[in-house]
Amino acid sequence: MSWMVWTVPTAIFFSSIAAMLAGMTIWEILSPTIERKGFLPIATTRGDRLFIGLLSAAFIHLGVIGFTSLSIWIALAVSAVWLLVLMRWG
Amino acid sequence: MSYQLENTQRGEKYNSIFSKVSPAKRRNRTARAHWRSRILLGLYLALMILPIYWLINMSLQTNSEILGSMTLWPQNLTFDNYIGIFTNSSWYMGYVNSMLYVAMNMLITICVALPAAYAFSRYTFIGDKHLFFWLLTNLMAPPAVFLLPYFQLYYSVGLFDTHIAVALAHCLFNIPLAIWILEGFMSSVPKEIDETAYIDGYSFPRFFVKIFIPMIRSGIGVTLFFLFMFSWVELLLARTLTATDAQPIGMIMTRTSTASGIDWGTLAAAGVLTIIPGILVVYFVRNHIAKGFALGRT
Amino acid sequence: MNNKVPNNRAWLLVLPMLLLVAFSAIIPLMTVVNYSVQDVLGPNASFFTGTEWFKSMLNDDALQAAFLRQISFSLIILAIQIPLGIGIALIMPKRGWQASAVLILITLPLLIPWNVVGSIWQIFTRGDIGLMGWGLRELGVEYNITRNAGDAWVTIILMDVWHWTPLVAMLCYSGLRSIPEAYYQAARIDRASKWAVFRYIQLPKLTNVLVIAVLLRFMHSFMIYAEPFVLTGGGPGSATTFLSQSLTTMAVGQQDLGPSAAFSLIYFLVILLVSWVFYTTIMNMQKDKSPHGGA
Repeated sequence: MSWMVWTVPTAIFFSSIAAMLAGMTIWEILSPTIERKGFLPIATTRGDRLFIGLLSAAFIHLGVIGFTSLSIWIALAVSAVWLLVLMRWG
Repeated sequence: MSYQLENTQRGEKYNSIFSKVSPAKRRNRTARAHWRSRILLGLYLALMILPIYWLINMSLQTNSEILGSMTLWPQNLTFDNYIGIFTNSSWYMGYVNSMLYVAMNMLITICVALPAAYAFSRYTFIGDKHLFFWLLTNLMAPPAVFLLPYFQLYYSVGLFDTHIAVALAHCLFNIPLAIWILEGFMSSVPKEIDETAYIDGYSFPRFFVKIFIPMIRSGIGVTLFFLFMFSWVELLLARTLTATDAQPIGMIMTRTSTASGIDWGTLAAAGVLTIIPGILVVYFVRNHIAKGFALGRT
Repeated sequence: MNNKVPNNRAWLLVLPMLLLVAFSAIIPLMTVVNYSVQDVLGPNASFFTGTEWFKSMLNDDALQAAFLRQISFSLIILAIQIPLGIGIALIMPKRGWQASAVLILITLPLLIPWNVVGSIWQIFTRGDIGLMGWGLRELGVEYNITRNAGDAWVTIILMDVWHWTPLVAMLCYSGLRSIPEAYYQAARIDRASKWAVFRYIQLPKLTNVLVIAVLLRFMHSFMIYAEPFVLTGGGPGSATTFLSQSLTTMAVGQQDLGPSAAFSLIYFLVILLVSWVFYTTIMNMQKDKSPHGGA
């Protein structure tokens, strides 16, 4: 496994992704999702909104890292807020 | 067929009743359009074949003829380039290696893709749509992204430079593709067939092998064609995961450039030989292909 | 779609496939993420660098240029191949031995290994031994793909059109074949023009396969590697260096694992975004069109 050169931040990153997937699965078993239409132009399920949120979070981070000198924590905070907004009203 | 013919004739009759243009003139016009499209098609095919013809032409010439003068067809027909390839084990083993890993990949892929495609076409389950999308993203992931970790992954599990390594690596894009095509075909088989079989007391495995697979035969044929195609033409991963024992033919071809220049004749002959397996495969599935290229969903 | 049965045991049928693909997809992807935040010097010597590689990659002029080249290339070949493929599908014979023969001939370029495609065109366009290069020279045209960037571009586009238009043509051909003969008869009775037949009967039937064709062509052209590598080696200069090639040079040639991993991830995210947009479009189109079909 040493060739995978794990670091603490990436380990935390992948664990949180795995935790999210597990959480979504349990949530889905407890109360199945219903497809609905929010402010996004297409009807989405919970999983779709999570995916859209994560993908846009990745691009928010890239934008902040590449083209501004802001701290990455700001990007993280913005992404988290955006993800919550998306899950609730998207 | 006869129904179709009858219909066509009826169409002609309507035409002659309603059309101001006389039937003879109309037939004349369609005949002209027909010939025009044939000529266009012929032109396209001719242009398409030209580079391949040139390769074949070169493969039948000696290097001195290739470099010496411009000849549109071989003046002194020679098969030396081909004989050279077939008598040198380091050359023909390249073909054997390529075919071995392609065959392994087709076998592995079809075995795991059939049940998975059945699951996607018949059931809904938690995360099914996201799983399907994730599979498709693998189809789209540029292999260049994965080159280094692949090398290290297969090295660390001791599979480096084996045929199975390349076969497994090609699963990355071939399994998603196979599931995509097969799912389309399976969805077009009515669900009642499954239900009837279960009522008749068939177990799932027996139903799947005895009834279901024969029903989607042409779909499987088309899928195998695609699996062959993408595994056969891929080189980047195959090259990275092999060194000597399982080297694909595409890699061995780079050996033709030596210090004394490029051995054009052998290069061309090797190139021609890589086309032949493809022709054989497409010949076997030619009747299903038109249908399957729409991936089952038209 | 609506007659599918909810059954979570279906996961058992998917599991073998999942394990195989995950082995080939997830472990390498995790490794790439790990590389991207470190300066990897050797097996046991690596330093955490945080987001530095991402910053430098996003601001790298050569990569931005390669990215722009890549996008223009993909758009150009789509603009040529899609109409040309439809046109060829329309004039292909519908039945009989001619249909089979044309089908086999047309698929030929698809079944040639990608580096051999590069070799074929490299030979074909050489001024001394290639038919096209020689012919153009005899006609008095200045043509040299190793010196003139314009010639190199034209040749690569020509090669890609030669190589991949058949796929579009085949997809459209199979789409056309699924149109019932009765539709055409109705059109004949109405004395519809050829254009009207194409616009109102053939094109609507083709939308589905065309989306697949655009998707496949976009993805494959976006990761094109072997053909231009063999044909021009990315030259002259870096005029035909596309994304995959810059990436491979960086990762394998220069052994810069960290930067190339960061670059891979950016590349992958772009592909992911585009394929998600395409995928959602396809699925919504199918949902609108028919109650069943498609996962």
